[in-house]
Amino acid sequence: MSTPEIPQRPWRQRYHVSAIAWTVTIVVLLILSSMATGANFGMFLANINQFTVLLVQMSHPAWAYLSVIIQPLYETIQMAILGTTIGAAFAIPFSLLAASNLVGNQVLRNLIRLFLDLVRTLPDLLLAAIFVAVFGIGSTAGVITLAIFSFGMVSKLFYEVIETIDMGPLEAMKSVGASKVTIIWYAVLPQILNQFVSYFLYTLEINVRASTVLGYLGAGGIGVYLQRSLDQFNYSATAVIILATLVVVMVIDGVSNHLRRVLL
Amino acid sequence: MQTTLSKEFAPRSLWQRWCWLIWVAIIIAIYAWAIGGLQFSGLQSSAKTVSDSIVKGLLHPDWAYVYNGSGEDLSSLTIQTLAIAFLGTIVSAVISVPFAFWAARTAHERFYLRSGSGKVILTLIRTFPEIVLAIMFIKAVGPGSYAGVLAISIHSIGMLGKLFSESLENMDRGAEEAITSAGGNAPQVFVLATIPTIMPEFISYTLYRFEIAVRSASILGMVGAGGIGTPMIFAIQTRNWPRVGIILLGIIVMVLLIDTLSEQLRKRLI
Repeated sequence: MSTPEIPQRPWRQRYHVSAIAWTVTIVVLLILSSMATGANFGMFLANINQFTVLLVQMSHPAWAYLSVIIQPLYETIQMAILGTTIGAAFAIPFSLLAASNLVGNQVLRNLIRLFLDLVRTLPDLLLAAIFVAVFGIGSTAGVITLAIFSFGMVSKLFYEVIETIDMGPLEAMKSVGASKVTIIWYAVLPQILNQFVSYFLYTLEINVRASTVLGYLGAGGIGVYLQRSLDQFNYSATAVIILATLVVVMVIDGVSNHLRRVLL
Repeated sequence: MQTTLSKEFAPRSLWQRWCWLIWVAIIIAIYAWAIGGLQFSGLQSSAKTVSDSIVKGLLHPDWAYVYNGSGEDLSSLTIQTLAIAFLGTIVSAVISVPFAFWAARTAHERFYLRSGSGKVILTLIRTFPEIVLAIMFIKAVGPGSYAGVLAISIHSIGMLGKLFSESLENMDRGAEEAITSAGGNAPQVFVLATIPTIMPEFISYTLYRFEIAVRSASILGMVGAGGIGTPMIFAIQTRNWPRVGIILLGIIVMVLLIDTLSEQLRKRLI
């Protein structure tokens, strides 16, 4: 009878090879990136009083400025609503084509998904800078930026919803010879409508947040005033803008959360 | 039998039947307000030529800009952007851990004073848009990538602290109870049960945040906080579309690579 063998840990586990390798990699990357960015904690501490002056100014908001920014705040919300709507409208056909349970053609589906992935990589401010160059300074550039930004996001959310639907009603309609459009209208849409609206509202929330900074590059809304106050070193006005934006975002979040709970 | 049937098939009340009309009216009113409130500048007279040259520039990117050895080219600035995002994310992940323990609500806490105050602080931090933070830090440390690192570190604390504290609230307490019942003291419970249980989730959230930080780092340069955004905004302002094209291409490739890498790592973690 041989002695029972005690299970041995492989040498990789015994000497914690992967843990040590990860730690070393992260430390090396940290050192390299602080060299690349010129990070210097001492400099931050030396200039900390400048930063506190700024924070002190911000802690005394100039409430009189509120009357100036009411109108651009409305404009911001209007931009977000229109941009989200246009983006979502374009997203519906693309999401139908990208859903694996509706479209059998794998090449077409992957092409559409690749296109959507590419759209999603572009940061919103970058789009805003380009559209300001095309459409000029103003809210048009903002609406189009938000439309493209929400198109990328909404279409991914939408096609993931479509892929979870119950295929029963579709097969029933197909077996009695219904056309593709009829199937989508009577079998697909009723199953996903509530979730569509829910994701639309979620995107609207994100767009309200995003649209507050778009104006920084001239794309309309409250961001224009944000840039003006920062350029004039008028930090008490900046504080009012940030607080007013926070209130708007919280109200929109509250309304949309309530609606989404009712819907689902 | 008859009564239940008639109840089920009772005609809907007037209110139920026409309720949707009110919703339609509200939605129409909102859209009328939204469309009426915006002044559409329409297309500028130069829009045609501008968009033509944009398309032409994007189709013929300025390949020479990819690397020219000056340190101001696409590849070195992309690496700088990644460095900003990496440093900012790691710093904020480390700082977020104590904030998370502060803001996590636990069952035996009275009136939630501690967790409530922590949540308020995290919300306050999240209030500041990243761009505003970047401008504030530029005032403190001067323009450059260091301001970008600070902006990302501080802004991410708000988000990561919230995510970390939520995962602490929902974590599985089984391992902690096992160590306690075996006679472990508080530090032992923390080291042997809490950290191993929560670590994969923390790392996964940090990776997810890194993906977002890469996107942020590529635009923070537009206000002067270092990275690829600075040459981008210069190129747009000087209408140098071939250069805009190559920078856009660089950003797309960088973001796609980082997203795929981080997705693979996260899949292995959980």
